[in-house]
Amino acid sequence: MEKYLLIESRDPYETREVENNYALASSLATAGNDVTLFLVQNGVLPARKGAKLNGLQEVINSGVHVLGDEFSLRERGIAMDTLPKGIRAAPIDVVVDQLAEGRKAIWL
Amino acid sequence: MKDKKTLTFSIMDGPYEQARTVTVFRLLDNAARRGYNLNVFAYEGAVNLPFSKQSKHPNAVHGHDAAEEDHPLPKDWVASLIQTAKKHGGALDWINCGLCVDERGAHEAIDGCRRGTPGDLWNWAQQSDNTLIVGTR
Repeated sequence: MEKYLLIESRDPYETREVENNYALASSLATAGNDVTLFLVQNGVLPARKGAKLNGLQEVINSGVHVLGDEFSLRERGIAMDTLPKGIRAAPIDVVVDQLAEGRKAIWL
Repeated sequence: MKDKKTLTFSIMDGPYEQARTVTVFRLLDNAARRGYNLNVFAYEGAVNLPFSKQSKHPNAVHGHDAAEEDHPLPKDWVASLIQTAKKHGGALDWINCGLCVDERGAHEAIDGCRRGTPGDLWNWAQQSDNTLIVGTR
């Protein structure tokens, strides 16, 4: 089993490429890998209450650890206690932790 | 130091363009405070980030002179990151892609930043605990 850190900085309403990135995350997890998807900048917008999750729900269902950057959430007025089930707020420390542990890291 | 790590980052966005640059600087700051050794390979427009001739300017719309406006300069952020790394027992080594520098006439970089080639990125990637490439979109 490999460990992956995927970083998504765009939202799925900006470009459909993000859906492909979600599919990559889901596929890696479905294949048995340990996958973290770190949402940062506008990447956190699907976590807004009432927003359509598009492909992100499948990512969650596939077992990917979906994290939203606390700073990006605050910047966009997204309360951390309103995040959809399966998305957790996290500090950017997590990215540095996972880089330091040697995960395969891709900025999508 | 057993937990001292070396991380390499490659960035490509120029100043004032993308939030990605701020995010990468946040990552660098976090890692610098851990005492990690950090390498930054600046490619394409990112070679302008440590350009030493950046200067503050007044803002007539705000009614501010240059001092009052206190416009943030990326070269100062780069300098601050280098100092933060040093203060915590690590180091931040910054290489600007030489061809990208020549194309943009961005030869004057602040202290701590030097010129190199993509081969330096390759060597860093071989020697580092991890490498994160942050491309343009």
